[in-house]
Amino acid sequence: MSAKIDRAFYDIGHLDQLAETDTPLHRLDPRAKLLTTIVFIFCVVSYDKYEIAGLLPFFLFPAVLIGLGNLPLGFLLRKLLLVSPFVIFIGIFNPWLDRAVFWQLGPVNITGGWLSFFSLLLRFTLTVGAALLLVASSGFPTLCMAMEKLGTPRIFTVQLLLLHRYLFILTGEAIRMIRAHSLRSFSGKGRITFRVFLQMLGNLLLRTIDRAQRVHLAMLSRAFSGEIRVLRKFRFGYSEVFFVAGFCVFFLTLRFTGVTALLGRLVLEISR
Amino acid sequence: MHMADALLSPVVGGSMWAATAATTVYCSAKVRHSLDDRKVPLMGVLAAFVFAAQMINFSIPATGSSGHLGGGLILAILLGPYAAFLAIASVLGVQALFFADGGLLALGCNIFNLGVFPCFIAYPLIYKKIVGNNPTKNRLLTGSLIAAVVGLQLGAFGVVMETTMSGISELPFISFVLIMQPIHLAIGVVEGVVTAGVISFIWQARPEILERAAAEQPLGGVPIGRVLAGLTLATIFTGGILSWYASGLPDGLEWSMFKVSGQEELTAPTGIYHTLEAVQKKTSFLPDYGFKGLSQEQGVDGATDLARLGTSAAGLLGGLLVLVAGVVIGLLLKKRCLASHGQARLHG
Repeated sequence: MSAKIDRAFYDIGHLDQLAETDTPLHRLDPRAKLLTTIVFIFCVVSYDKYEIAGLLPFFLFPAVLIGLGNLPLGFLLRKLLLVSPFVIFIGIFNPWLDRAVFWQLGPVNITGGWLSFFSLLLRFTLTVGAALLLVASSGFPTLCMAMEKLGTPRIFTVQLLLLHRYLFILTGEAIRMIRAHSLRSFSGKGRITFRVFLQMLGNLLLRTIDRAQRVHLAMLSRAFSGEIRVLRKFRFGYSEVFFVAGFCVFFLTLRFTGVTALLGRLVLEISR
Repeated sequence: MHMADALLSPVVGGSMWAATAATTVYCSAKVRHSLDDRKVPLMGVLAAFVFAAQMINFSIPATGSSGHLGGGLILAILLGPYAAFLAIASVLGVQALFFADGGLLALGCNIFNLGVFPCFIAYPLIYKKIVGNNPTKNRLLTGSLIAAVVGLQLGAFGVVMETTMSGISELPFISFVLIMQPIHLAIGVVEGVVTAGVISFIWQARPEILERAAAEQPLGGVPIGRVLAGLTLATIFTGGILSWYASGLPDGLEWSMFKVSGQEELTAPTGIYHTLEAVQKKTSFLPDYGFKGLSQEQGVDGATDLARLGTSAAGLLGGLLVLVAGVVIGLLLKKRCLASHGQARLHG
């Protein structure tokens, strides 16, 4: 269990590390990436639930991002797999409930349920993958600032920034508590009983509240007045405009015209 | 359980986003005007606490499973509804981005399900009413238990409603409710017991923390009516605009709206096929592209079958071609990236 915890902990840090690298994608203004990702997600989810062919070209976007940003595909796929159970659990009922036959390939009947299940998996990969790529290419603090520039209330973005900053400290503290407990409880095989659990949690909470107080005092002594000032300039230049416009036009073209079908038919005609 | 982008239609996702955004703006204004800047770091650190707390699991006797703190209710108790809502929203935001829980479009739904219900219904209407200003051990337990169970039941029902209205999943409304509600009853009981336990621990160790938290939020200080009315308006407004827009586009958007209006049919035993058939009649944007515009009858004659296969094959092939092109572009870009890195290393 503790290996799993350490792994999850490592994963958060690793995404932030990825965001530290310097590539053309990382240099783009985070607002450009955020806006493009939102348009992308809306286009993907707006498809009919049986759509498969139309969704495939959308993989171009993550592929380009991974290429531009030099991001590790394996790591991202593993993260996707970790969270897939819920979607699979909900979607797996489709093949049972929807048995209307769509295609007949010889003896094999392909039912609407299998089509919609497969389509669901494609949607899941695209949308969740896009969100992961967004963090891996921008970093959480930068994204928060981009959100603020786009109109999110400052107190909320500050909340996000503080959460992100203390996440690592408090999680580290919790992990140390668990380790200390398992080192001292051989007979319990490291399992935590409810009584002990409450005491651990209560202590962690007390430490957290004290820490918040110290943080507040430290902020006050640095002239905190309830507002957080951010010294960082964003530049929405030509490359950003090109990125946003290019991808949005691409997504909307895919969504509202049959470009891919035309392409496919063209190839079929030529090969004939 | 978290909603996922893949299960959502744009209309439902967009409406829930609008409702959540409106609540966030409202709560931010409230917290800012409360003139208590001590709360700013406390919110952030407590939200981080919820994460850390979820790392610690206790074993539930005789079941082999383990439980942990969800955190919505405890944040509401320690921070009050407005600040707690923002803290929960930030936790879910981080989960969506770092743990890929749900996705960005579903974030609106998730914040609504796990934030609005505990902060604006379970906490002020149940927990505060039962616990009052002089907590006893029993009151704390009853209050936390009922509040946590109600909050999670409402949240789970929210997931069911959003999924059904989006119509991507085939699960009929009733069966989905029958799966989700009991699971969340168990989760709610665990959550309630854990919350009560931690709060009474704090109450014994440092009662002033709870007293201060309670003193900051006088009973009946939350205008729930106003919050809920605002939420409803925001949802209806966005839903209206999106569906008005959708009605001009005969595609997936309209289809999902049909599901919204055809909900009773979905619960009927023959509902799924009935709905599907009606759905089939709504042809796609490009009638000759993909799987749409087909008759639902099983005995389709061979000619149309072939024609259908041809169209779909063209679509699939085209899609695959673009996909392959994308992968190749990605690989090339990556190669170039690596090459330039190598060069930089050589020169540096």
